[in-house]
Amino acid sequence: MSQLITSPKINEKETLKFECETGNYHTFCPISCVSWLYQKIEDSFFLVIGTKTCGYFLQNALGVMIFAEPRYAMAELEEADISAQLNDYKELKRLCLQIKRDRNPSVIVWIGTCTTEIIKMDLEGMAPRLETEIGIPIVVARANGLDYAFTQGEDTVLAAMACRCPDKISTTSDSKNLETPMMIDNTQKNGQNSKALAHPPLVLFGSLPSAVVNVLTLELNKQGITVDGWLPSSRYTDLPALGEDVYVCGVNPFLSRTAMTLMRRKKCKLINAPFPIGPDGTRAWIEKICNVLGVIPTGLEEREKKIWQSLENYLPLVRGKSVFFMGDNLLEISLARFLTRCGMIVYECGVPYLDKRYQASELLLLEQTCLEKNVPMPRIVEKPDNYYQIQRIRELQPDLVITGMALSNPLEARGINTKWSVEFTFAQIHGFANSKDVLELVTRPLRRNMMQQVSNKTLVKPAK
Amino acid sequence: MKLAYWMYAGPAHIGTLRVATSFKNVHAIMHAPLGDDYFNVMRSMLERERDFTPVTTSIVDRHVLARGSQEKVVENITRKDKEELPDLILLTPTCTSSILQEDLQNFVDRAAMESKSDVLLADVNHYRVNELQAADRTLEQIVRFYIEKAQKQNNLSTTKTIKPSVNILGMFTLGFHNQHDCRELKILLNQLGITVNEVIPEGGSVLNLKNLPKAWFNIVPYREVGLMTAVYLEKEFQMPYVDITPMGIVQTESFIRQIANVLNSIDKTNSYNFDQYIDQQTIYVSQAAWFARSIDCQNLTNKKAVVFGDATHAVAMTKILVREMGIRVACAGTYCQHDADWFREQVWGFCDEVLITDDHTQVGDMIARIEPSAIFGTQMERHVGKRLDIPCGVISAPVHIQNFPLGYRPFLGYEGTNQIADLVYNSFTLGMEDHLLEIFGGHDSKEVITKSLSTDSELNWTIEATSELNKIPGFVRGKVKRNTEKFARQNKIITISIDVMYAAKESAGA
Repeated sequence: MSQLITSPKINEKETLKFECETGNYHTFCPISCVSWLYQKIEDSFFLVIGTKTCGYFLQNALGVMIFAEPRYAMAELEEADISAQLNDYKELKRLCLQIKRDRNPSVIVWIGTCTTEIIKMDLEGMAPRLETEIGIPIVVARANGLDYAFTQGEDTVLAAMACRCPDKISTTSDSKNLETPMMIDNTQKNGQNSKALAHPPLVLFGSLPSAVVNVLTLELNKQGITVDGWLPSSRYTDLPALGEDVYVCGVNPFLSRTAMTLMRRKKCKLINAPFPIGPDGTRAWIEKICNVLGVIPTGLEEREKKIWQSLENYLPLVRGKSVFFMGDNLLEISLARFLTRCGMIVYECGVPYLDKRYQASELLLLEQTCLEKNVPMPRIVEKPDNYYQIQRIRELQPDLVITGMALSNPLEARGINTKWSVEFTFAQIHGFANSKDVLELVTRPLRRNMMQQVSNKTLVKPAK
Repeated sequence: MKLAYWMYAGPAHIGTLRVATSFKNVHAIMHAPLGDDYFNVMRSMLERERDFTPVTTSIVDRHVLARGSQEKVVENITRKDKEELPDLILLTPTCTSSILQEDLQNFVDRAAMESKSDVLLADVNHYRVNELQAADRTLEQIVRFYIEKAQKQNNLSTTKTIKPSVNILGMFTLGFHNQHDCRELKILLNQLGITVNEVIPEGGSVLNLKNLPKAWFNIVPYREVGLMTAVYLEKEFQMPYVDITPMGIVQTESFIRQIANVLNSIDKTNSYNFDQYIDQQTIYVSQAAWFARSIDCQNLTNKKAVVFGDATHAVAMTKILVREMGIRVACAGTYCQHDADWFREQVWGFCDEVLITDDHTQVGDMIARIEPSAIFGTQMERHVGKRLDIPCGVISAPVHIQNFPLGYRPFLGYEGTNQIADLVYNSFTLGMEDHLLEIFGGHDSKEVITKSLSTDSELNWTIEATSELNKIPGFVRGKVKRNTEKFARQNKIITISIDVMYAAKESAGA
C-alpha cells in the first residue's frame, strides 16, 4: 500500500486507484443536513422522525438545536410507536397540525431515519393523504444512515424536492432551438436582451448560502448565461420549473441521486462538470456549462490566473506538503484535486461513497492534475476503515490529515496536524474568490506550527 | 410520538458508553447504523481526549440488514480483541438497532468463545431508560460480572484494609465537573485519614473490581449513577454506603458526620470524630461560610431564584441557596423523572413550588412566569435566561464545552463551596451596583448616538448591493462596507453593485 508513496517514480499511464475497504468508519448521520437546509429554505419546517438517539445527535454533536426558534424538530418515536400500538398516521397528523399552528411553514419536510426504515413506516404513503388534509405540502426524504452518509442527506432532500418542481412547458420553437444550440459569440454581446433567451434554460442544484449562489450566478452571467433557478431556492414556493429542455448542473459532489432524479423523473439534461471548488474547478465548471449551452467562454483563463496570484500568500505554505483525507463529507475528491493543483501531494483520499459516473468529470480532472503536476495519484478508498487508516497515517506521517471531529484531538496528541473535515462542509468554499477560504482552513494548522512556541512533540505516552 | 426540540438526558447507549469508556482498557462495540456513533465526537471534543475513544461501531447498513448482523458483530468483537487486547469488550445496540430484536446475547456468547477478553452485552431497554439510568445499570452490571467471576475463581478480596478505606462510585467521563469533584473528594478523604481503595469507573481497571469489597464502605457522590452498584455491594457484602452529596457547607458537614458514623459502626475499637476538622474547614478554609455572613451576601437576602437540573445538583443547589445564602427559591425542578419522589421529599419546605418534567418548554414558561433575579440550571436554562435577560449560573448536566474548564473548578467539598459562592454571587446583580442601577437607570443609555453620515461618501449603493450587505453578519458588516468603498474609490467606481462587492472581496484577498 505504501510503496506507492515511497517510490516517487511516476508512470505516465498511471490512473487513479480505487478500492473499497468496507471498514468501520465514522461520519455524521445524514440527518445533519437539516441544520443547513432549514436555514437555506426559509419557509420550510423539517421534521425528523426518529428516536432519542437522532435528537441527541442534532442537539449535541451538531449543537444546533439550542437556537431560539428552530424551524425543525424531532418527532420522537417512543415505545408505543415502535410496537405499533399507536397509529403512525394519527400521530404524525397531530404533530403536523401543531407545527402548522405554531409556525405555519410553506412546506414540511419529513426526514425519515434508520428507525422508520427498520419499522417500515410508510412515510411516502402517508404524506399525500396528510398533505391534502392539512393543506401544507409534505416532502419525504429518507436521510437514513443505513443507505447514506453525512452530506448525502442533502441529496435525499433535494431528490425529493426535485419531484415537486413545477413542470416547464416547452414551446415547439424552443425545443427546436434546443437541438442545435446556437453558438453565441460572447465578445459581441452588449445588451441585456441578447443573453435572455440565447441558450436553453439552466437550473443549478445544490444548497449554498445565498451569497455564494449570487457569486456563481454572476460568474455565469458574465459569460452571457442566465440561470433559470436553483434547487433548492431560498423559498419553497420559488422552486424552479423543470422539464425536457432544461439543462441542470450540480455544485456539490454528493448529489448523485438528485442528478439521477432530475434526469429520469424530470427528463432534464445533466451537465457533468467538475465542481466549482478552487480556481481550477470553478473555471472548469463554467467552461463545461458554456460548452454544453453553446456559449464561447471569455476571459476565464486570465480570471483563473488572477485568482491564483491572489493565493500566492498561501501557496508556499502548502507546496510539496502531503495531505491525507480520512473521508467524511464527500467533498474529498474535489478538495484533493484543488490541493494537488496547489502543489500538495495527496496520499490517500478516503470517501464514504463515490458515484463514479456523477463524479466522472471531477475524477478526470483530478487525474489530469496529478499528471500535470507530476505527483503520484492518490489512493481513493471508499468506506475506509478508520483503524487501518490510522496505521497508514503512522507510517506515512503526512503533513496534514483532514478528518472528522472524533479523531482530530487524538491525532494532534500524536504530533499529526489535522483539520476538521466538517469545516469544509460549513465554510463557503465554492467559486473563485472563496478558494482563499479553503486555503485559509488548510494552512491554519501549518501556520499555527510556525507561530506557536509550544513544542509540537507527541503529547501522549508511547504505547505499551 | 413526541414533538421534541431539545432533551435533557440523552439516549441509553450514551450512558452505557460513558461507563465503558471511563474504565481503562475496556473497548465498546456499538451495533448501530452509520451516524449513531457520535459518542466518539462528544467525548473527543468535550473531554479533549488525547487517546482514541475506545468505541468501534459495527456498522449496520442495507447489506448487513439483509444478511443478518451476527457475523459482522462477532467479527468486529474478535478483531478488536486482537487489535486492542482489552480486558473487557462491551457490546451495546442503540435505539435503532435494538428494534431488530436480534439475539445479541447469542452474538456475545459466540464471540466470547473466540476472544481472550471478557465479552458482555449491556443489558438495558433503550426505550424505557435514559442515559443516566442506563449508566447506573451498566456500572452495576460490570461490577456484578467481575465480582461473580472472582467468586467463581475464588480470588475475591474480602479482607478489609487495616486502615479505613473507601470506594468512590460513579465518577465518569462527560460528567458535570466530575474530574474536579473527584480530586476534591480525594483531598477531603485523605485529610480525614481515609484511603481511597478504588474509584470507578473513571480510570479504574475492571481487573481491580474484585478488590472492591476490601474497602470499609462506599461513597456515591451523585445519586444518578452508582447507587445501584452501592446497593448491590451492600446486599452482597454488607458494605455500608454514604449517598449524601457533599455540596455546600451544610451538606459537606453531614457527609463527613455520616462517614464518622459508618466508621464508628465498623470499627468499635477506635472512635472517629471529625468535628474539629469540620470547624477548621468551615471557618478557615472555605470562604463560603464567611461570605454568607458578609455584608455582600446580605444584599442577596430574599432575592428570587429558580433552580433546575439533575436531581443531585438541583437539590443541593436549592438547599445551598436557601440555607446558606438566604435566597428564596421560587421553584426547584429536575428532569430526572425517575427520581421524582426523592426529589420532592428533599426540596420540601425549601421552595415555593416543584417542577418535574423533561420538557424544556415547561421550564422556560415557568421561568418567564416567575421572573426570578437569577436562574441556576442547565445550558438550556442559560439559553432561556439569555432570551429573558435573566442571569443564569450553570449547575448541572447536560454538559457543554464550558463545563470542561482547564482550571480547577470542583462543585463538591470545601473548595466546591467557594466555587459555588462565586457562581451565585456573580450571577446576581452585585451589591452596590444594584442601587446605582436604580439611581442612574441602567448600565448604558439606551439611545445609540450614531455618527453623522460621512460627507465624503459620494458613493451610491444599489438596492441589490445594500440588501446583500445586510445579509452579511453584523459584526463584519462594517468592515465589508469599508473595504468595498475603499475598493470603489481606488477604482473610481461611483455606483456599488453586487459585482463591485465581490470584486472588492476578491481584491481584498490578494
